[in-house]
Amino acid sequence: MELCPLIKNILLLDSEGKRVAVKYYSDDWPTNSAKEAFEKAVFSKTQKTNARTEAEITMFDNYIVVYKFVQDLHFFVTGGENENEIILATVLQGFFDAVGLLLRGNEDKKEALENLDLILLCLDEIVDGGVILETDANVIAGKVDSHSMDSGAPLSEQTITQALATAREHLTRSLLQ
Amino acid sequence: MAQPLVKKDDDRDEEADYSPFLGIEKGAVLQEARVFNDPQLDPRRCSQVITKLLYLLNQGESFTKVEATEVFFAVTKLFQSKDIGLRRMVYVMIKELSPSADEVIIVTSSLMKDMTSKTDMYRANAIRVLCRITDGTLLTQIERYLKQAIVDKNPVVASAALVSGIHLLQTNPEIVKRWSNEVQEAVQSRAALVQFHALALLHQIRQNDRLAVNKLVSSLTRGSARSPLAQCLLIRYTSQVIRESANNIQTGDRPFYDFLEGCLRHKAEMVIFEAARAITELNGVTSRELTPAITVLQLFLSSSKPVLRFAAVRTLNKVAMTHPTAVTNCNIDMESLISDQNRSIATLAITTLLKTGNESSVDRLMKQITNFMSDIADEFKIVVVEAIRSLCLKFPLKHRSLMNFLSNILREEGGFEYKKAIVDSIVILIRDIPEAKETGLLHLCEFIEDCEFTYLSTQILHFLGIEGPKTSDPSKYIRYIYNRVHLENATVRAGAVSTLAKFGAMVDALKPRIFVLLRRCLFDTDDEVRDRATLYLNTLGGDGAVVETGADVKEFLFGSLDIPLVNLENSLKNYEPSEKPFDINYVPKEVKTQPLAEKKAPGKKPAGLGAPPPGPPSTVDAYEKLLSSIPEFANFGKLFKSSAPVELTEAETEYAVNVVKHIFDGHVVFQYNCTNTIPEQLLENVTVIVDASEAEEFAEVASKPLRSLPYDSPGQTFVAFEKPEGVPAVGKFSNMLRFIVKEVDPSTGEAEEDGVEDEYQLEDLEVITADYILKVGVSNFRNAWESMGADFERVDEYGLGPRDSLAEAVNAVIDLLGMHPCEGTEVVPPNSRSHTCLLSGVYIGNVKVLVRLQFGLDGPKDVAMKLAVRSEDENVSDAIHEIVASG
Repeated sequence: MELCPLIKNILLLDSEGKRVAVKYYSDDWPTNSAKEAFEKAVFSKTQKTNARTEAEITMFDNYIVVYKFVQDLHFFVTGGENENEIILATVLQGFFDAVGLLLRGNEDKKEALENLDLILLCLDEIVDGGVILETDANVIAGKVDSHSMDSGAPLSEQTITQALATAREHLTRSLLQ
Repeated sequence: MAQPLVKKDDDRDEEADYSPFLGIEKGAVLQEARVFNDPQLDPRRCSQVITKLLYLLNQGESFTKVEATEVFFAVTKLFQSKDIGLRRMVYVMIKELSPSADEVIIVTSSLMKDMTSKTDMYRANAIRVLCRITDGTLLTQIERYLKQAIVDKNPVVASAALVSGIHLLQTNPEIVKRWSNEVQEAVQSRAALVQFHALALLHQIRQNDRLAVNKLVSSLTRGSARSPLAQCLLIRYTSQVIRESANNIQTGDRPFYDFLEGCLRHKAEMVIFEAARAITELNGVTSRELTPAITVLQLFLSSSKPVLRFAAVRTLNKVAMTHPTAVTNCNIDMESLISDQNRSIATLAITTLLKTGNESSVDRLMKQITNFMSDIADEFKIVVVEAIRSLCLKFPLKHRSLMNFLSNILREEGGFEYKKAIVDSIVILIRDIPEAKETGLLHLCEFIEDCEFTYLSTQILHFLGIEGPKTSDPSKYIRYIYNRVHLENATVRAGAVSTLAKFGAMVDALKPRIFVLLRRCLFDTDDEVRDRATLYLNTLGGDGAVVETGADVKEFLFGSLDIPLVNLENSLKNYEPSEKPFDINYVPKEVKTQPLAEKKAPGKKPAGLGAPPPGPPSTVDAYEKLLSSIPEFANFGKLFKSSAPVELTEAETEYAVNVVKHIFDGHVVFQYNCTNTIPEQLLENVTVIVDASEAEEFAEVASKPLRSLPYDSPGQTFVAFEKPEGVPAVGKFSNMLRFIVKEVDPSTGEAEEDGVEDEYQLEDLEVITADYILKVGVSNFRNAWESMGADFERVDEYGLGPRDSLAEAVNAVIDLLGMHPCEGTEVVPPNSRSHTCLLSGVYIGNVKVLVRLQFGLDGPKDVAMKLAVRSEDENVSDAIHEIVASG
């Protein structure tokens, strides 16, 4: 019996249900078409809901899906039907906020694709093979960001001090919530 | 979208769907990947190319083996760069490519260097990558570093090693188990997540050692874990310990309950919820234990966060199944959730209320639900319909309003599954609540007047045919049924004709009018409809011919077909037109349980001339063909039953043997399936010597040796016994495998000339009474039970002694009797105190048997059972009791 909380997948889709970045940690969807079918089902079931202020939740096909939207980005975290819903929501919140920090508040599809490397690293830092690595958005973003600043990739338009200032601003905002 | 206006790049704005990856192509990106080979690496450009490659993979593009290898080798070059960001992308890329074993070797040294680097980020990531791609051999080389990493003072490194350990435990448990000292140390870590990962790994290492888990839980529950996640794990481990120790503790307080209750006051919501859920799932939880958990869940119900409301209402919904009274306190909060924006929450709230509601609140609830039904999806509506059905069964007096509700929603728009759920519910209510019958049937009649689903129409017509004639005024249904003959497609028309015939058979007063209607159907455009009309007119005597006796007609019209349709289909396909008419009694009745996998006889094709039946034949068919192809057994008659294979050897021994028991009326044949697992041996003249001294009624009549048994190609040998005809003789048989063994030269595969005679002891085999009972299902147990009558009913009570659970007791009895569980009654809902299980079967001699088992918990663990048997023969009923009494 598996007792450790497990994440089945994390999805970041756009407002039409297309992939921005997805990561599957379970063999429940062995082929790409199975994955796409799941994404389509999740998207169509959640599309009409308002998940912009608080994370929403739904259950279908014996999976629990928690989700949250911002602009044209749709964030999803999926777990098994016996998973603790609040743990899933914590992972979702960590992912959501970390992406917000990394995109410096400009959370939309275009910005996400332009910084896809950061998003992928972010996914890599949250969950490893289904096991939760970290849920604190600031820690996650910190781990991802420290590297990208050295590489001077898309963040280069900003100086480091600017970036830190924005990050601090986000941090305080998230603390005040 | 106002944003694009502030962007500086104007031409981008034209493109509403702008993406940096627009027009990206795999071939071009693979070309670009050549920059990885440049002597002067440009880290930024390389990072971009890797991102593009990852983008392609993420969109579902796949690389061919050659492409993947090429990219992999190019990526390994990037370890030369000192750029941290690039290195990070390299790690992700390698994991995505999941290189093959010989490729892994290329990066091993680079990764091992990173594993011992001074940069924490390098160490942590190199560990995760290496552990992901490595196999067991490499693991021993890096084991030392991993052990160090587990106790590394940097939490990211320690977590990386621990999480990798969790994954590796699946593939290389013996190595990871050696790390338990380090893991134990990490459990004490001050870093919250390190403790969480260490706890998860330590528990998985020790999960089979109950005592160690017990100790782990006892020591940790005294303090408090550092992170909510670790605390959740601890709660799960604790409930496991409680579950497993429950057998030993009969009275007094539950151990660790105080810990769970304490967690209800934790500051993290996830911990509070985990504890509350754990308490509600305790085996045999008392209402005193439940109360604090219900209280915190009730608070969650009015939370502003949908996730909390959902979690709470879902848990309370489950509790309501077993402890409805404990949840009634939450009813007011629950009622306000009916209008929740989140429809999943609203549905769960409704169904919970339906479970906990009392008779007086039903009407008010129905009013609320009616408003709610219009704006939820079909799948939720089905849940509500099912809940209403069970409510109606609970409060039969309320059937009028509930039935009205069902008929109202039946008239509204909806898909097939939803309509089917409603129809099924009405049918069940009609069956179980006699007062609801007439109104229910009329609702169904109205529904088929305007029903777009052929399946539902025919089902309802069939049901009307059974129930309609028994009502006070059967004639009022005729109009609805005959309308179908005018208005519907051929399938429904044929169904309507059959239903009309049933009315004619049951109600003499209606007979002349039915004949008129049936005669009109003789001019239908469809063959099936005409054929049916002709047939029924004939059997009912409408054409003035000799009328068969009433009982026969009724049996023909109402009797259920006790043969699985698949078997009938196969038999009909195998039937060759000849003088001998097709006899339905020769169709096997055994329900197909599992497809025949490895037991098929190689090279022994059945002699049948016709085309082979499409699809895999059922097990019974295959056995029957196999046995009838052996001359010695050809005159044994019809095969009654074949058992599932029983293993006679331990797994992984030199020779693997299992046996299938074939029961005939006067004979028993043992089919020994043998496999030789030694490549250097060829076995010849293989027989099984059976000692039947403990089976007095059996006498050996024939045996069929297996001429040769080469390595890894299974073969069969048979032994046949005679036994008194039609008697369920039982006995124990001891078996000895005897054969001539010849050495095989592995290089040439040729066997030596001379062999040595040898023997191999097999385990004993028993023929038990359950071998004489066929698993045959009935479609409607209640009807079958009532039509069987109480003439040969035998009822008795038994104490089954202490059992692990009710479910375990139920399964034990089902296995003992070898009968077919009906209507899903083999499933025992968790935490229930009593259960009724329905079984059906056919006893040797073709005697139908029905069994009703009522289980109840008597004291904390003792299970008592009431066994009622009905059959066509009192001796058989007694025999069933004997099985249970001696089991």
